[in-house]
Parts: sequence; structure tokens; C-alpha cells
Amino acid sequence: MSPEVVSLLRVLAAVGLMLMNGVVLIYMLRKVLGRLHQRLGPMHVGPHGLFQTPMDVVKLLTKEDITPANVDKALYFIAPAVVFTPSLMAYAAIPFSETWKITDLDTGLLYTFTVLSLVSISLLMAGWASANKWSLLGGMRAVGQQIAYEVPLLLSVLPIVMYTGTLNMGEIVSAQSGTWLEVIPRWFITNPLFWPTFVLFFIAMLIKVNQTPFDLSEAESELVTGFATEYSSMKFGLIFLSEFSNSFVASAIAVTLFFGGWSLPWVPDEYLAPIAPLVFMIKVYIGVFIMMWIRGTLPRVRIDVLMQLGWKVLIPATLGWIMICGVLMKLFDLGRPVS
Amino acid sequence: MIDPHFTVSEDGLMTPEGTFSPGSPPAGIRRVPKGVDSLGTEHLIVNMGPQHPSTHGVLRLIVELDGEEVVAVEVSIGFLHRGIEKLAESRRFDQLATLMDRGDYVSAIHGEQAAALAVEKLMGIEIPTKAAWIRTLTAELNRLASHIVWFGTFGLDTGAMGQFLYAMRDREALLDILEEISGQRMMFNYVRPGGVLADLPAGIDRKILAFCDTFEVYLEEHHALLGCNEIFQSRVKNIGIVTKETALAFGLTGANLRATGIAFDVRRDRPYDAYPALEFDIPVGTVGDAWDRYMVRMEEMRQSVRMVRQLVAGMPEGEHMAKVPKVLRPPAGEVYASVESSRGETGIHLFTDGGATPYRYRYRGASFFTCQLFEEVLPGHLFADACMLLGSFDIMLGEVDR
Repeated sequence: MSPEVVSLLRVLAAVGLMLMNGVVLIYMLRKVLGRLHQRLGPMHVGPHGLFQTPMDVVKLLTKEDITPANVDKALYFIAPAVVFTPSLMAYAAIPFSETWKITDLDTGLLYTFTVLSLVSISLLMAGWASANKWSLLGGMRAVGQQIAYEVPLLLSVLPIVMYTGTLNMGEIVSAQSGTWLEVIPRWFITNPLFWPTFVLFFIAMLIKVNQTPFDLSEAESELVTGFATEYSSMKFGLIFLSEFSNSFVASAIAVTLFFGGWSLPWVPDEYLAPIAPLVFMIKVYIGVFIMMWIRGTLPRVRIDVLMQLGWKVLIPATLGWIMICGVLMKLFDLGRPVS
Repeated sequence: MIDPHFTVSEDGLMTPEGTFSPGSPPAGIRRVPKGVDSLGTEHLIVNMGPQHPSTHGVLRLIVELDGEEVVAVEVSIGFLHRGIEKLAESRRFDQLATLMDRGDYVSAIHGEQAAALAVEKLMGIEIPTKAAWIRTLTAELNRLASHIVWFGTFGLDTGAMGQFLYAMRDREALLDILEEISGQRMMFNYVRPGGVLADLPAGIDRKILAFCDTFEVYLEEHHALLGCNEIFQSRVKNIGIVTKETALAFGLTGANLRATGIAFDVRRDRPYDAYPALEFDIPVGTVGDAWDRYMVRMEEMRQSVRMVRQLVAGMPEGEHMAKVPKVLRPPAGEVYASVESSRGETGIHLFTDGGATPYRYRYRGASFFTCQLFEEVLPGHLFADACMLLGSFDIMLGEVDR
């Protein structure tokens, strides 16, 4: 096959993965929240409500697409596409295994964060174009939140980049191979040097992907559905899907950076190779489950607290930790640069 | 680009031309000022409700926002007005309970109780001890059912979705008990002038005690999950402070009043039915903020469980209904009777002319008075807090609009 065909297939695979993922994640969210809330979740369509989400997709696709009067038609129309595209693009640099990756970008980490930050533009577009005050408030909140957490998110992962000397996500995973004392995997999460990094990254990432307790831009009890209020039919579906996809990507980044990606140090390489993507997916889904768990339990923080946390706590904390990490790495020669 | 069918009215609200014109506001309603500062920025006026997730029914708030901060609020009520007071004038006295059920529909027993007490007071009916105890028992169970709904929706208002479903689980058990006693789950129609509709079913005491045992554990779980949460505490502490003076000036009653530090409780200060025989504490707050209102209601639930236990243990033998005529004809006169409902003092001011129906029937719903407070308390808070504060006051629109 020519390289073009291979690339095209890879892109199609990414689209398929994203769509299927969305469907699975929505079903998972319903079931997980149901169990957390001592109810059953969907039960009637298919065994254990398995076909509920596909049916909902069908419903969304066949629903009347309403364009309210007074909206800015062009912006209103393209906003869902602009929400969706960066979410899709974010899959490009994620390594599912040694061989399963859509691209092998040397700037993978930077690329993923950049692409994710594009989402905020589309949220503002959707909020502004809807000609609805709730949407506008939601859009404004979304942008304020995203801009405030762009910086600490990127800064929070810098110690890992300093340690490994690469932005390539595949190479970051290889840097986590091996075990401590033959038992504990040498994933960065088991390295005390990266514990503060993980905490900072986790908070910033939750805010970045707009998850509870930081889901301010679509705070249901306050802003109805925020920027998505005026959207219906598949336009709403796209916004919805991109949100689930973003939480998947967030979890995938966390797994890649801290939980050794597809690696399982106890399993020999020849056995691991065929199941590596599966291992990766399971790890990612555990991460998504933790996000859902938080979503089902915690109340929502207030916007001013969130902003203060971003500008006054997280940015100084991440910068300070980068400095401390740098000194420690230099003093004790800790880095494991990937050659 | 503004659609020609819509014009922007003076206060910035879009109104369909020709169908409705806001006109000049009635005297006494404060007009929301249009805010313009030196930079030429304008305030945003949003119309919160009557269909909004956190207005707890059909309340409409016209909120003026400066960014995220609430500058002014205008409360608009009446979307659930069914004319209960007027309807009551063409109902017999034993039919009033049906109307009262539709007033504060989450704690319906209290409304029925107030109506029955008013009629009994006017006619001088002595109700049997057992009837009084059954009334008090159902009233306290209903208070639990109502407070647990408040707890759930308050959690929802602060963004914690789990609490609501846990609360509904507990309410379900309560409604099962109340259904067994009265035959209905919400519109009980159980408390009548002279007593109650039916005696307690056999074996209900065991069910109630079993419920008390589990509920006491669940209540502490609820508090641990929501009240002890750092985020929740930062949201409610020192937010929405109501001083004693404001509370008295606005006629606040119930938990909202007690949270400001004034220990007024109709159950203790103007005792009725079986309350004189019961032992219970009245929790009061110190600051009058949302946290105090939360703590007061949580403690009230514990006290209610305590009372339910006493009521079940000491339930006397006897009749559940006094001997009253089929058609009640109270003498001409005027009477005021009130009960401590889940939301404050629910009072009935009854005027009779000697006929079989009330001459004038005035229904005092506590939420109506709480509602007025929003214009005073909400400005100066962030919009997110405003939504949370609506939940903290626990209003019931059925009682506001009547």
C-alpha cells in the first residue's frame, strides 16, 4: 500500500475509534453514575441497556435541527465542527502501543496540548453565536477557565520532559520501562520525584477538560447547559461527543506520562506485544472511571475560587516544582534521557 | 441583528411586541437599574426562570449581572397561582385538606394540620389524644421527607448530583410509610377537623422504627459526604448572611430564622397537638449564612427522628377521630392557627359567617416571606452563589403562589 493510503486508513481508524469510544464512554458514564447513585442506569434497550447509547445516537441524528432566530448563522453552524475537530486531532500523537500509533511526532506532547487548547476558541464561538445569555456566560466561563489553566497544565508536565529529554510520547513510555526491586514498575507515578507533578497535572487536566468539580462552563444548576444550550440534534451530539473524547484523551495523556502507557513490566515483551493496545485502553478506561467517580460525588467549585487556584496557586506551584526538580536532577544526576 | 418581532424593552428584556407589554411596575416593586460605568460597559440582565433548573419550581428572577456578580434581583412570582384562598371559600371545612395538600406539596401534612387546627379552635373541638399523636407522628415523618428533598436539591445546586439520588432513596422509604398510614404518597388528605382519617395500620410501628435505625446512619453518611466536603464548605460558609434584624423585618420563620440565631419554633412557643409531651431541642445558628441554614436543617432531621421514636413508643390507645357533625358549621368569628411546617410557620387566618364554608380563608405560606428576601440577600454575591442560595432557603413555590 502506498503511504497515502496507510495515512488515510490511520485517520479513519482514529475517527472510528473516537466515535466508538464516545458511545462506549457514554454507556459507561450512565452505568457508573447509576451504580454510584444506587440505581441501575439504562436497563431496557438491549441486555443491561447496552443499545441505549446507539439508539440515542440514532435519535440525535434524526432529530430536527433547530436554528434559533437571532443566532449568528455562520458561527453557530461551524462551532460544533470546530469543537469536534481538535478533539479528533488530539488522537494523532497518542501511542497505543510500540507499533500502534497514528503518527510518531517528536513534539507529540506539545502538539496534543496545543490541539486541546483550540477547543476553547470553539466554545467561545458557540457561546457567542447562540444569542443566548446563558450560552454567552457559559462560553465566557469556558474561555476564562481554559486560558487560566493552559499555562499550569503545560508547566506541570515539564519535569517529565526534563527527565526524559523528549516530547515524543512513545519515547516517554519507553523511558518508563523496567522495575524497581524486580516488583514495582518504573512508571513515573512510582517515582517520588513526580508525585507533586502528578497532583498538579491531575488538577489542571480536570479543569482543562471541564470535568466535575470544575465543570463550570456548563454548570447545569446555574447556566442550564452553558454554551450548548441552544444546540440541538447532531450539533449537540458533536459537542457532547467531543467532551467525552477529551476526557479520554486526558486520561490517555495521564497514562502515557505517569502509568507507563502500554507497558506492563511483569509480562515479557513477546507476550505483551499483541495485547499492548488492550493494556493501554484498559489503563485509560480506569482513568476515565476515576473521573466519572469524581463527577458522581463532588460538588462544584466557584468560578472565583477556580481562577485564584489557577493564577495564584497552580502557576507558582508548577514553576517552583520545575525549579526544585531541575536542581535535584542536576545534583543527583537523576535524568534518564532517551537516546 | 434583532428580529423585527422583538423589541428590547427599557429594562433590557426582550418582549414579544403586541402580546405583552411590561408597562410601569406596580408601586413597591423595585425597578432593576441599568448599570453603566465609566468604561461604557453594560450590565447583563438575565431572566432566570420560570423554567430554570435551580429555581425549584416556577419562580422567575430577573437578575442583573456585572460579569459574574449579581448587582440586583427582582423576584417575579405567581406562575403557580391556583387561587387556593378563593377556592377555599366554596369548600366545606372538611374539604380544606385537599386544597392545603396542593399548597406546600412537599410537606402536605403540615398544611392540613394548620387548616384542621383553625377549624377545631373555632368550634372548640377537643380531639382525642391518639389523634393528636398520630398527627404529630405523620407531621414529623413528613418533615423528614421534606427536609431530605431540600438536602438533595441543595446538593444539586452546589453541583453534587449524588446527594439528590441518595435523598430520593430515603424519601422513598418515608413515602412508603406515609402511604401505608394515609393511603397516598404526596397529597395525603389525612388530617381532618376532629382528628385523622384513619387509625394507624397494624405493624406500622416496627416499620417506622426500622426506618429510623437506617435513616440515622444514612443521615450521618449524607453529612459526611456533603457537609464535610471541603469544596462544599467553601461554597456555603459566610455566604448569604441574613442578620437577625433582616430576618425579623422580612417575617422569616422556620429554619431560616433559627439559622440567624433566633430560637423561635411554633412547636415549642405555641404548642399544638402532641408537641407539649415531646422532648426535643431547637437548633439555632450563629452567623445566619448558608452553612448555618444547612446545619440547622440537618440537626432538625436528627431531632425529628428523636421525636418519631418518642411518638412511636408512647402512642396512646383510643379513638382517632372526635365525634364531629357530618357538616361542620363553625360559629361566625375569626381565628388564626399556625403550625411549624418544614419551611416555617404555616398559618391559617380563618373568617367565618356561620355558614358551611369559610367566609375568607387566608393562607400564610412561609416561603412567600422567604422569597421577598432574595432581592435583599442575593445582590453582591456571585451568580453561582445566587443559585446555591436559592437552594439554601428551601422555598416551595406551591406555597408562595398558593
